[in-house]
Order: sequence, then structure tokens, then C-alpha cells
Amino acid sequence: MARLIVLGGGVAGHTAATFAADWLGREHEVVVVTPNSKWNWIPSNIWVGVGEMSKEDVTFDLAPVYEKAGITYKQAKAVSINPEGSASNDKPFVTFEYTGQGKAGQSEEMTYDYLINATGPKLNFGATPGLGDANGLGEFTVSVCTADHAEHAAHELEKIMDKMRKGERQKILIGTGHGMCTCQGAAFEYIFNVEHEIRKAGLRDMADIQWISNEAFMGDFGMGGLHMKVGGYVVSSRIFTESLFAERGVNYITGAHVNKVEKGKVSYELLDGTTGEESFDFSMLIPPFAGVGLKAYNKAGEDITDTVFAPNGFMKVDADYTPKPYAEWKASDWPRTYQNPTFKNLFAAGIAFAPPHIISKPMKSPNGTVINPTPPRTGMPSGIMGKAVAHSVCDLIKKGPDAHLHEASMAEMGAACVASAGKGWLDGQAAAMTVYPVVPDYEKYPGTGRDTDYTFGEIGLAGHWIKHILHYLFIYKAKLKPFWKVIPE
Amino acid sequence: MAVKPEEFNFAKNDQFNTAMIPGKFARAMRTCKIWQFIRFVIINIKMIIVVSKSH
Repeated sequence: MARLIVLGGGVAGHTAATFAADWLGREHEVVVVTPNSKWNWIPSNIWVGVGEMSKEDVTFDLAPVYEKAGITYKQAKAVSINPEGSASNDKPFVTFEYTGQGKAGQSEEMTYDYLINATGPKLNFGATPGLGDANGLGEFTVSVCTADHAEHAAHELEKIMDKMRKGERQKILIGTGHGMCTCQGAAFEYIFNVEHEIRKAGLRDMADIQWISNEAFMGDFGMGGLHMKVGGYVVSSRIFTESLFAERGVNYITGAHVNKVEKGKVSYELLDGTTGEESFDFSMLIPPFAGVGLKAYNKAGEDITDTVFAPNGFMKVDADYTPKPYAEWKASDWPRTYQNPTFKNLFAAGIAFAPPHIISKPMKSPNGTVINPTPPRTGMPSGIMGKAVAHSVCDLIKKGPDAHLHEASMAEMGAACVASAGKGWLDGQAAAMTVYPVVPDYEKYPGTGRDTDYTFGEIGLAGHWIKHILHYLFIYKAKLKPFWKVIPE
Repeated sequence: MAVKPEEFNFAKNDQFNTAMIPGKFARAMRTCKIWQFIRFVIINIKMIIVVSKSH
């Protein structure tokens, strides 16, 4: 009997574990190690953050689902990996520390035959003074990164809306809280949902709404922007995005590295080297992501973290990590199988893998401050990676070490993204977009790097319907209800 | 003469002045139930194609 351990129970980890358990059957063991007791459909946190959904609407308990699937569930935080085993144990093992199940704080070691690292990111609030610290979110801003954060954000939003009702003008600041953030899409959705709720409440004239982002231009989204088909034209996502901001009267600052957050004020540096300050009464700033800080040790107990992980804490996989200038970046730099080059029974999926480089054009201010978005690898790409990696591991277990590994390069996969711009079955709107491929391939698509037949976007009520249906569909799938496997990632 | 809603934001700042802002018809179509149902079907077909190409 072989044992597969999956670290993390988010989109990539949950997808990998549930498919692996289904394909391997009861003759092999699948273990999930995740510090969370609940699964969270993160895209809908946006609606929790404006009070349109509750925390219960976007989460469910993992334990009964894993019991049904025959998956061993450890509510614990992975601490380290010993891919060579130890002096007293030849088998590789993981060390984790329980966060629940009545064993909080206790450590345990568990051997594995294969390991999938799908831990997701550490929300690095501590990277910006005032945004937070090692313990998480600070006191001056809110976040929608977790369901708890989003619930808190909704309470704070309600407070400022009460002030507006009393005739007090309020300033709202939403965007990214550091020069190297990713997930601009989440902030983009939140700002337009906040704007929608305020307008719906008849308070739009009482709010100044401001966007601040590390993107060099509007619509970069960490993918270097995209060219999409809209109304018969091929247009830059910059035009598409600026149009929505202008229509809704939302001012914007781009190319900004927020370097300090204080009560009611952020300080920032721009790509041109100038600095500025922006005041706020309510602010949601996305933190940068980092690896979760897993350590790796060899048989002798020596630290080999640098061998297994990149300096940012994400796991090295089959990408081309050779440093090279932007002009020489290629689609083939991106990983295909997500197998660790040193330890062949180690895989990573989702945010946990180390990208070879960013996708957007690298930017620095004249002061040397790096200001550019890091690559998005959440949602659909995460699910596809998780499934491909699970497929590879299952084949390695069933067919032996020479089995063909399954591939899911971000330079060959598309992504469907539905960015909510306000919730409501009759008056809601969302930007429905597809991009193919996620990582541009200028050799295959010399014009824009992407196939414009499959890269499109439009705003409307239909997008909202799709986003709302996806909410129920993916929670249904994650709960492993009947026919869950036919719902694509 | 009253300023049309779609023209009001152009004057707010330089950023908005060079943006493309939808007019009354485009805004109405975004929430027109019949048109959006048609778009719903078309967008879903397009997304299914992209999803199938990605697996």
C-alpha cells in the first residue's frame, strides 16, 4: 500500500486529494494535512465582504467530506519535509503540528511515498509596516482573503455607510498593499462591489472611492495585461478596465508600492520614484503572498530548504529558473509536470509552486524599489494543476516509476475569470473574461502572445449569473456530491 | 442643456477624459434580461471551449 500526503486543502490540494482518493481506491492511502477545519470558496469572499453572503455560505466542514472520500484528514500545519528520511528512518516523512482535532500544538511525523505540496500562500501582511505582522492582518485596514477577514470587512463597511447616512463624507481606498502583490482581481471585484452597494443604498455622492495598485497599468492583472475581443475589436485590457473605472467614477493610482500603513493613511512610492500619501476612512488592501515557510532537512538533519524551495518559500518544480532578461522569457520556462527536480516523489500545485519568473514586464522605480505584480495561479489553473499532479502520482503508484507524467503548463492552459462588479440577480454585473493561454506565448501567437479567438471579455448581468452559478457549482463539486467529477475545474 | 450621465465623468479628471465610457444604450443592454440571456449562453459556450482546451 502506498501513501500519498497532500499538504493543503484549498483548490489545488482538495482537487488533488479527492481525485487521487477516487482513482487509487481503498488499497492505497491519501492523507490531507491542512490547518483549516473548513473549506472556503474564496472567490465568493468578495460577497461576504459587502454583507451579501455570510461566512457559512462560502465554507463547509472538511471532516465529513474526507470521511466520505476515504481520505485521512489531519487538521494540522505542515512544518518540515525530510525527503531522504532521517538517520533512524529511511522513508521520507513530513512533520506537522496539529491545529485542531483535540490535539492542538502536538507534533507528529508521517512517512510518505508521494507528497503533493499545495499549501497555498502565506498572507504576508508583515511585509508592509502597518498592514499587519507575522500574526496576520493589522488594525488599520481590512482584507477579504479569508472568510473571517471578509466578515470583519463587512462590519467595518457597514460602519462607514452609517456615517454616510448621517451626512459624513467617507474616503474608501482599495487595492494592493505592497509593490509585489498578486490577486489584483480580488481587489478589483471588491472595489466595484463596494461601489455597487453604496450606490444601491443611495449614498454614492457621499463616498470618494480610490483604487491603488502595483500594476504598471490598469488591467495588467499580473499577466502583463491581455488583448481581448470586445464588440468586434481586439482591445487591450487597459482600455476595458479604465472604461469601467471612469464609468463608475473610481479614481486610480497605478505603479504604486505601498510602503507604510497608518491609521487613516497610507504612504507609497510610484514607479517614477515620486512618493505620496493617501488618506482613508475605510481601506481593503491585499497583502503580498509568500511561501508558508516549510523547511526541508536531509538524512543527516542538515537544512536543505534552499534545495527544495526557492528563496520566496515556494517549491521548486520542473521550471527553467535560469535568470534571464525579460526579452528572453519564453513560454517553455514554465513548468509542465510540477515535479521537484531533486526529489522525484515531491510535487507542488497551485500557489505553492515557484514560478520561473513573473509574467508582467519587470519594473523598478529609480530608487530600486521593485514594483510589479507577481503571477496569478489561483482558481481554474490551480484546480487543473492539482488534477494533473494527482493523475501523475496515481500512475506512478499503479504503473511504476516509469509512468508518463501528466502535464498542465500555464503557457498551454486558459483561464475563465468572472470578476463581480456588483451582486444582484436583476441589477448585478460582472466582467466575464477568458484568457488563453494564461502565460503569453509569443512564438505561437506573435501578435499579442495569446489566441484572441479564445481571449475575450464583456461586462453585464450574464457575467453575474455565471459567477453566482459557479459559486454553487464549485461548492457542490468540493462536497463530492453525485457526478462531482463531471464538473470541470 | 443637461449633461448626459455618460458624459458627466469625462470632466472629472484627465484619466477619465481619455477613457471609453458606455452610453445609455450600452448600459441598458448590460442589464437587458433577454439580451443578457443570449450572452449568458454564448459566454458559457466560449468558456466551455477554453476549459476543454485547457485539460
